Amino acid sequence: MNKEYYGKLIFEQSVPGRTGFSLPTDSYTANLSDLPQTLLRGESPRLPEVDEPSLVRHYTNLSTNNFGVDTGFYPLGSCTMKYNPKINDEIAADPVVAALHPSQPDYTVQGALKAYHTLQSMLSEIGGMAEFTLNPYAGAHGELTGLMVIHAYHDARSDTRRNKVIVPDSAHGTNPASANVAGYKIVEVKSLPDGTVDIDDLRGKLDDTVAAMMMTNPNTTGMFEKNIPQIAAMVHEAGALMYYDGANLNPMLGVARPGDMGFDVMHINLHKTFSTPHGGGGPGSGPVGVRAGLEEFLPNPRVVYDEEADLYTVVTDSPDALGRISAWLGNYTVELKALAYILSLGTENLALIGPMATLNANYIKDSLKDDYLLPIEGRCKHEFVFDGLRDKSTGVTTLNVAKRLLDFGFHAPTIYFPLLFHESLMIEPTETESRETLDRFIDVMKRIAREAAETPQTVIDAPHNTPVTHPDDTEAALHPVVKWSDLQPSATL
Amino acid sequence: MSSHRYLPHTRRDIDLMLERCKATTVDDLFADIPDELRLKKAYDLPGELSEPEVRAYFRSLSAENSPLVCFAGGGFYDRYAPAVIPALMARSEFLTAYTPYQPEISQGTLQYIFEYQSMMCELTGLDVSNASMYDGTTAVAEAMMMCVAAARKRNRVLVSETVSPITLEVMKTYARYHGITISVIPATNGVTDRAAMQRMLADGDVAGVVLASPNYYGILEDYTGFADDIHAAKALMVMTSHACALGVVKSPGEWGADIAAGEAQSLGMPLNYGGPWLGYLCTTNALMRKMPGRIVGATTDAKGQRVFVLTLQAREQHIRREKATSNICSNQGIMTLYASMYCSVMGAEGLRRVNNLSYGGAHSLAKKIEATGLARLKYPDKPFLNEFVVEFDSSTLADMFYDTAVAASILPGIRLGDKDMLIAVTEMRTPDDIEDYISILNDFKDAKLYEEDE
Repeated sequence: MNKEYYGKLIFEQSVPGRTGFSLPTDSYTANLSDLPQTLLRGESPRLPEVDEPSLVRHYTNLSTNNFGVDTGFYPLGSCTMKYNPKINDEIAADPVVAALHPSQPDYTVQGALKAYHTLQSMLSEIGGMAEFTLNPYAGAHGELTGLMVIHAYHDARSDTRRNKVIVPDSAHGTNPASANVAGYKIVEVKSLPDGTVDIDDLRGKLDDTVAAMMMTNPNTTGMFEKNIPQIAAMVHEAGALMYYDGANLNPMLGVARPGDMGFDVMHINLHKTFSTPHGGGGPGSGPVGVRAGLEEFLPNPRVVYDEEADLYTVVTDSPDALGRISAWLGNYTVELKALAYILSLGTENLALIGPMATLNANYIKDSLKDDYLLPIEGRCKHEFVFDGLRDKSTGVTTLNVAKRLLDFGFHAPTIYFPLLFHESLMIEPTETESRETLDRFIDVMKRIAREAAETPQTVIDAPHNTPVTHPDDTEAALHPVVKWSDLQPSATL
Repeated sequence: MSSHRYLPHTRRDIDLMLERCKATTVDDLFADIPDELRLKKAYDLPGELSEPEVRAYFRSLSAENSPLVCFAGGGFYDRYAPAVIPALMARSEFLTAYTPYQPEISQGTLQYIFEYQSMMCELTGLDVSNASMYDGTTAVAEAMMMCVAAARKRNRVLVSETVSPITLEVMKTYARYHGITISVIPATNGVTDRAAMQRMLADGDVAGVVLASPNYYGILEDYTGFADDIHAAKALMVMTSHACALGVVKSPGEWGADIAAGEAQSLGMPLNYGGPWLGYLCTTNALMRKMPGRIVGATTDAKGQRVFVLTLQAREQHIRREKATSNICSNQGIMTLYASMYCSVMGAEGLRRVNNLSYGGAHSLAKKIEATGLARLKYPDKPFLNEFVVEFDSSTLADMFYDTAVAASILPGIRLGDKDMLIAVTEMRTPDDIEDYISILNDFKDAKLYEEDE
């Protein structure tokens, strides 16, 4: 990283008169100045003026001050930070696709629609569902869409008393938040000490006002909910539907299908299980699948295939659809990346993902359980949770351990989630990490445990080697500075 | 054990690792899963394709698409994408990063989001921007929910008929499930009927009013006095625009809007058959803590350096769960990098130039269409930026012209029902493209083929 550039905003490199763009000469007679002044801006926006070489250096230096999956190991629980294959990016950068406008007639976009429909069918096979929509833009958006499917289903049956969604206390935060946006009240169901759903607690909460139960399986402690057939039967008996949060689908590849577990509606995070890059927070993609009988409620627009005519069409006004949740067919090129991934692996290798992800997680867990407190014994699936260090006398917290990991070139695990434990340290290695990488991580984790016992301050004061240490979060929240011009009250360019 | 380039495990690795786990086979790790739930047969999916085969597969799919010379808009446009942007976006330190929850090793992501927020505040004329939304339609839907959350007991939102019908449809979907009532303010001659809005505000219970500029028909509406009407009714004003236009047209902040939300695809992003694009949402300081989504703020670190962090997270779902403002978790991440690089490449002058070229081209095309005598501007006395509605002599003519143009690789616009077409021109359309458009239309002058439905 070039220190000279680090930290400078692009605004702070602006020099009046510099130009970064290249446009054809304007030969038209009509001009913006023909418009009434009252419809135009009073002043130009204060945007940077930079030349192309300076701009390239700025963003290149910024990129080197960042950590990605390509930089190092990312054991972030529930986030499935697997390798993002490069061929996928190449496929998604197709200039023909780049130029396609959503309003083009169907017959001019048959390839694009075929890709959508093919991925939709493949996800249906993998999820054990009847049909998928790829329109939701992210996992949380998928949850919301799935809950709207459930809402539309109950509405269609005039079953309007159902105003609650049951969510385990170990659930991802998006579950209750999505249920709230979808208009539901949230009822929490307790977990047993082994992290799985307490069926007795659930029984007391099921009645004809419950619309759905949201679960992820394996759950957020990495344990498989083995009572899932019984849970599904109870929920269905009460007239409610089962929603599968696909955040933890990765270990199920080649192992089991949500549809076979009794789930009616599910979403998949293409940016987790199907290898599309997280992009520093997006764009993701959260396709939603439904079992047979619920297809009609999926959102518009829908891609329909007419086998006889060998023609794909986009239906924008399917009458029973829950409505519309996106401008068009979702984050389309992210969908292409997922399709390229499935094709690159093929059916045999896809089936290895769950087993290898699970092997990696158990290997780390069993290598570290003498140093870190394992609150739930037994085989985990793709991830597991430590409740901080085994030795609680050192004063070293989970946060300290996480920050110390940064010094050794690893991303931190997910911390303080799930909320079931005080010092949760949630580790998910994914299947794309080699044994050597896991061994290095295990060595470092053991070293940190030793440091905690011998020189705890080293861990407490971490990180030591990162470009930035101990940012003042309190100050950031108390006096928000959220844009360049806040930094300098008299900002000019 | 089959070998695949994404899967590093050798037979020996697996054996050594199983030993550590005190398991004999990988299958032992799944012994807790009831047998009836186990996948019994292979997925019914194709076998592995080699990299050359994957390329060939997508090449053949791509060949079934026809890129057209684009005169369609409706909120999404064919725009100039500077070459530096994809080159820098491809840097995998950006692309393969997660949400920047660890600021010590995520300053790159945090800083470009901060730059993006700063630029969106400049464009919208508002105080604060979040770190982006999924797309323009969901951004406006979230703005609607924000109005209702801020108003507490009132839950009706007025939406002008001149807002994009797609955005309205998404809003209606969110509203249906969230328990919000949407009432549509009628339009007269292509613009929002202010008197109708005043009457609807007087009916009470209004949490927010959503207006568009430019509106769906490309018209720049004069919203003078609207903010006063809306604020007098204690409602919030939401304005939606395609972001590129904000480089030159009066900003939402200048019109008195409390929230600006919309689609930023027009900041040079590829159409990509619908995405990824970028939703933006900006608001005033007063409403900052009601805002959905992530926000990046500046602070200092232990070394005294200016650094960036995610801030005001107490609003978000991972902290507040069902009490959160919104369920949004991710954002469009790297597309904000696209937007910040685009705004840096273009600067204010570049944005003025693309808007001026689009304005010039659109007015040139509109005039030439009228000169054919086959169609005329639907709202001739209304000022427009780069998009306009024409009414053809008949629906048969509109149909035939549309099909003929597409056959000639020109997407002539978006059909708005019967005889109307919404036509957009951007800096990407050359005077030659415009001539080609007109020459196809001119072919219908003598044909008289379309007269039967008159």
